[in-house]
Amino acid sequence: MITAVPDPSRRAVVTGIGVVAPNGIGTADWWQATLAGQTGIGPIARFDASGYPVRLAGEVKGFEAEDWIERRLIVQTDHWTHMALAATQMALEDAKLDPAEQDPESMSVITASSSGGNDFGQKEIQALWDKGPMFVGAYQSIAWFYAATTGQLSIRHNMKGPCGVVIAEGAGGLEALQHSRRTIRRGVDTVVSGGLEAPIGPYALTCQLDHGHLSREEDPELVYRPFDARASGHVPGEGGAILLVEDLERARERGAPQIYGEIVGYAATNDAHHWRERDPDGHQLARAMETALESAGVAPEEVDAVFADGMGVPDADVLEAKAIREVFGKRTGELRVTAPKSMVGRLYAGGAALDVAGALLAMRDGSLPPTINLDEPADGCDLNFVTGSAQKAELGTVLVNARGFGGFNGALVLRREV
Amino acid sequence: MVAPGGPSREAFWEAITAGRTATRGITFFDPSGFRSQIAAEVDFDQDAAGLTEHEVRRMDRYIQFAAAAGMEAMTDSGLDLEAAARGRMGVSLGSAVGGTMVLEDGYVAVSNRGKDWLVDPDYARPFLYPGLVPSSLASELALKFGANGPAVVISTGCTSGIDAIGYAHQMIQDDEADVVISGAAESPISPISMACFDPIKATSQRNDDPAHASRPFDRDRDGFVMGEGGAVLVLEEMESALARGAHIYCELTGFASRGNAYHMTGLTKEADEMTEAVLDAMRQGGTQPQDINYINAHGSGTKQNDRHETAAYKKALGDQAYNIPISSIKSMIGHSLGAIGAIEMSACALAIDRGVVPPTANWENPDPECDLDYTPRQARQTPVDCALSTASGFGGFQSAMIFTTPPELKETGP
Repeated sequence: MITAVPDPSRRAVVTGIGVVAPNGIGTADWWQATLAGQTGIGPIARFDASGYPVRLAGEVKGFEAEDWIERRLIVQTDHWTHMALAATQMALEDAKLDPAEQDPESMSVITASSSGGNDFGQKEIQALWDKGPMFVGAYQSIAWFYAATTGQLSIRHNMKGPCGVVIAEGAGGLEALQHSRRTIRRGVDTVVSGGLEAPIGPYALTCQLDHGHLSREEDPELVYRPFDARASGHVPGEGGAILLVEDLERARERGAPQIYGEIVGYAATNDAHHWRERDPDGHQLARAMETALESAGVAPEEVDAVFADGMGVPDADVLEAKAIREVFGKRTGELRVTAPKSMVGRLYAGGAALDVAGALLAMRDGSLPPTINLDEPADGCDLNFVTGSAQKAELGTVLVNARGFGGFNGALVLRREV
Repeated sequence: MVAPGGPSREAFWEAITAGRTATRGITFFDPSGFRSQIAAEVDFDQDAAGLTEHEVRRMDRYIQFAAAAGMEAMTDSGLDLEAAARGRMGVSLGSAVGGTMVLEDGYVAVSNRGKDWLVDPDYARPFLYPGLVPSSLASELALKFGANGPAVVISTGCTSGIDAIGYAHQMIQDDEADVVISGAAESPISPISMACFDPIKATSQRNDDPAHASRPFDRDRDGFVMGEGGAVLVLEEMESALARGAHIYCELTGFASRGNAYHMTGLTKEADEMTEAVLDAMRQGGTQPQDINYINAHGSGTKQNDRHETAAYKKALGDQAYNIPISSIKSMIGHSLGAIGAIEMSACALAIDRGVVPPTANWENPDPECDLDYTPRQARQTPVDCALSTASGFGGFQSAMIFTTPPELKETGP
């Protein structure tokens, strides 16, 4: 039963993490690579990209859908959904939660989505235009659109609680986690949340060229360097993370093997400034961070680290640094800031979910992953960045930032102790 | 509102209460070769709707619908945008298929009409990225109204419209916003979107009689008729709406959703999940079966949906299900996928406001499995204080929402 009035005493904690990322499949492998600063960005191998102005991306390597999903379902779904099904299985195993043993109505699926089942969609639209309407397959309607992943997860794991699909471009992953929290406050015990993306295909890449943020650099070491003086944009990446969000009491009751941390605050804003340009005053991102901290009852001086959005687009990086200074004032100098997505590219709906996974593991291990390729901060980006290699740090509270094309800003506050 | 046969709120209401169908042979493209060749198209005049030249160039059609509906809704709400706390104004809009029109148009150009897998970006049209990501729907409306609060698009297939309004409601309940521009929009009358539904035989094949093709709950129904459109509802926290003396259509007193965890497009015989969604929505507002004066059904006109929904109403409401007027406005304006839920919630708000229940057009022959009162062909004048609407579909999602006349308005009279 879903209550009318949210119960704020029901607290949302993360008990399971599943990752499919360009620099590692499986949480342990990915995290090890991330702490070591190993990049997953390289030449595009999925299709012949030699004729495209962008030839580098963060591709997931060595992912075999057959290892995770039965054949029947593989042919009905896109690579995007395959990765999500795998990441969900990992998260459930990590949390030692068997959905078959739970009340179906107590479980929900709420994922972020941004561009849907791209390759599947391109194949079928090609069939339509090359051959005719009768050649479009029966699975196009269930594989291409944005709800495909949530729907398939709900069916696969018999999760009958309220389901959701939220879209806010690169900020969507945080919004999905917040909506999981709203849903837990209304009586659901377990939410499969997070997001993944599969934007590396001929037509999807062509569409992304239009947003103007992709770097034309040809050296994988130089192509995505957030906050660096020579930043020239970013590359797309695929994959992301699934997080198992649970009601704290329920997680304790069932003896969850670990509680990575609690979602204690969140806020989202929109620049509402221009259809493609960010507001040059950067205030709405600062306001998202401030409001998120206020809603968590956390003072800026209690924040131990920030996982930055780090677009790698010069003006956007300066705006984020400015917003961080606006929120943290004099303390900015000692506040550690990192952008591990420099190792994987921009994962759109998957990016913020992966950053939250990283922030939770950083708190667990007392170790912050680095921002790679950040050699010399750009003017206006004078923050205390973690660069080169991982940095040991006692972390109790971490703030995660995310932005999306269209003026979306989000900030999520995580706390280790529950 | 932007709906087929009624590109504004009053035109829409006049058309559906008159029982006029807007379904016709597809004119947007040559549908020969398609199984279903009919749709409910909007005759949309972008200039009359007040869109700027640049908005028309950069927005996909579904976003144009939402922008036009948004302007109408804002004016209707009487909110003073200059004085409003923009930081507390959010956006929550639904769409199931997003920018498929721009995407298809762009695809044809770069792929040499489907000949090439390795498409050529040199032929790319502008605004392809806003076409790829449906988040454009929320960001464009945030921009249009200067809404600096949280903005999001909800894409849960055919329940997107109801779910986006429910999402807005939760944002207000959780004190993340005071006013939310909510609703949904869709423009799926294009070759690729129509082709998605042909192979699963979800759409009607009554190509020789489009005006009578959408036949919810009728014995001879053979699938849904594709529609398009958009609706925006300004959701506002009750106290602030009362304080500024706003015209309040109704209060949202219940919203619930469930997954059937059964099939991406199939429905169970038992309809337990829709039943639970309805019961949950009723529990939230303390609604009893006898309180409900109108049910706006999903009523898509597919064999399985109408049967499923009828079963859910009987399970949730008992014998009272036989006494409540039910209708499906999809009989007139088709099924606009993600948009229709918001259009139907608008119809519920207007039914409460005007005391009229719109009919189900084309209902002629009873189906033994659909034996409730579907308000055939003629609208009914009757006071409506409590309206229930349901949505069902893609992903197995089932949603229910209840609009009521708030007690504050009952006491003081209209």
